[in-house]
Amino acid sequence: MRKMIEGSRAVAEAVGLCRPGVISAYPITPQTHIVEELSQLVADGDVDSEYVRVESEHSAASVCLGAVAAGSRSYSATTSQGMLLMEEVLYNIAGMRLPMVITGVNRAVSAPLSIWNDQQDTLAMRDTGWLQLYGEDNQECLDMHIQAYKIAEDDRVLLPVLVCMDGFILTHTYESVDMPTQEEVDAFLPPYNPLFKLDPDDPVTLGAYAGPELYHEVRYVMHRDMLAAKEVVKEVAREFREAFGRWSGDVIEAYRCDDADTIVLAMGSVIGTLKEWADSARGRGEKVGVLKLRCYRPFPQDELREAVAKAKQVIVLEKAVSMGGYGIVAAELRAALHHQPKSPAVTCAVAGLGGRDISFDTLDEIHRRARDGETDIFGGLRAELLEEK
Amino acid sequence: MTAASKPRRKPPLGLVARPGSSLRNKTGSWGILTPVFDCEKCTGCNTCASICPEGCILRIEKKRYEADLDFCKGCGLCAAACPASAITMVEEHR
Repeated sequence: MRKMIEGSRAVAEAVGLCRPGVISAYPITPQTHIVEELSQLVADGDVDSEYVRVESEHSAASVCLGAVAAGSRSYSATTSQGMLLMEEVLYNIAGMRLPMVITGVNRAVSAPLSIWNDQQDTLAMRDTGWLQLYGEDNQECLDMHIQAYKIAEDDRVLLPVLVCMDGFILTHTYESVDMPTQEEVDAFLPPYNPLFKLDPDDPVTLGAYAGPELYHEVRYVMHRDMLAAKEVVKEVAREFREAFGRWSGDVIEAYRCDDADTIVLAMGSVIGTLKEWADSARGRGEKVGVLKLRCYRPFPQDELREAVAKAKQVIVLEKAVSMGGYGIVAAELRAALHHQPKSPAVTCAVAGLGGRDISFDTLDEIHRRARDGETDIFGGLRAELLEEK
Repeated sequence: MTAASKPRRKPPLGLVARPGSSLRNKTGSWGILTPVFDCEKCTGCNTCASICPEGCILRIEKKRYEADLDFCKGCGLCAAACPASAITMVEEHR
């Protein structure tokens, strides 16, 4: 059913439709509305779930870890400092191969304190062993959560999924979304059937000690399964289309890239701005395309290579920066293109940190500087703030 | 095909341990020091066995104790706690 609701509400309802047995979260801006709504849905009896209130994100993640280990579908959501506090547990959830879903609402990290959007927080979780999906709009975020459980719980994957959603820009925006019914979601997503779990009648230890003779192989298997998860992400997107009648998946998505000289690669809500900007640039005769990186982990190396092969230049627009190392996604794209017979020049463009709007002016500036041969750009800087007084 | 009818994989390598794995995973080689018990001084108070974090000090007779060197890490707590000073930690390569 189509309805006009806030992004956070859309996600909360979608998560409720996935019937999580345990929800545990600690409120933090701008994730708050999601977990408030879920708490309300549980209190009203609309979602049959155990909602566990905790004193920190570390505890929220730990509660979820225990719940999945005991065989229950689990959910949490966090952002920024909360995400960083969860990190130690995130490694354990992934390492123990416990499938669950967390919404990573994207917000800048301290210091300086900022509650506004960029993607530094979830990119800092890159190596935890969680799949990472980035949504462009609220419909996609809603759909991603339903798909995420199916991907995570697949026997070939058994890894948790972080669904990343730009704070405020998506979470606090009202959009028209198509909300599936409980029957539709039930038909698409069967109850969680754990491959292994904690059970007093059949006691086991999960994630026990592994010495040097074993640990290396355990981590290899995890890496191998993460790489293989890419096909499951695509497969679930196809199943989702069959069940719900809309294409809301895959690992990348191209917009006007076929004949593009310049392709801008980005993740999340900025894709919407970029599509409009590409249309206007094409009106001026500039052949620009937009490539949405939807699945960041596993990194879709082959698909990206193919998608940019015909372009002269790729600009990777990043709402995060690896201090002293520059763009995180750009570095990976450059590595993916290394030793390819013919590949475009890759320019890294950092923009929009801490909620700074990425305007057409910013995009024009980045485009111009990239064409002039700059390879690493910090776009949209306010020069007057940088002058030595 | 429903999920239940699909043949399922084994749990990923190394993650699910059955009870009793500590019996196979001998950690005594971590130690450098080894407790030596002086039966002449021992009063049989059992403090050493009670305080041992590994639970590896065994009472053989009323006033005779031994450490199970498969699991003793040589921490020396038994020697420090013994009221009769009947335990000495000696350097011994295991």
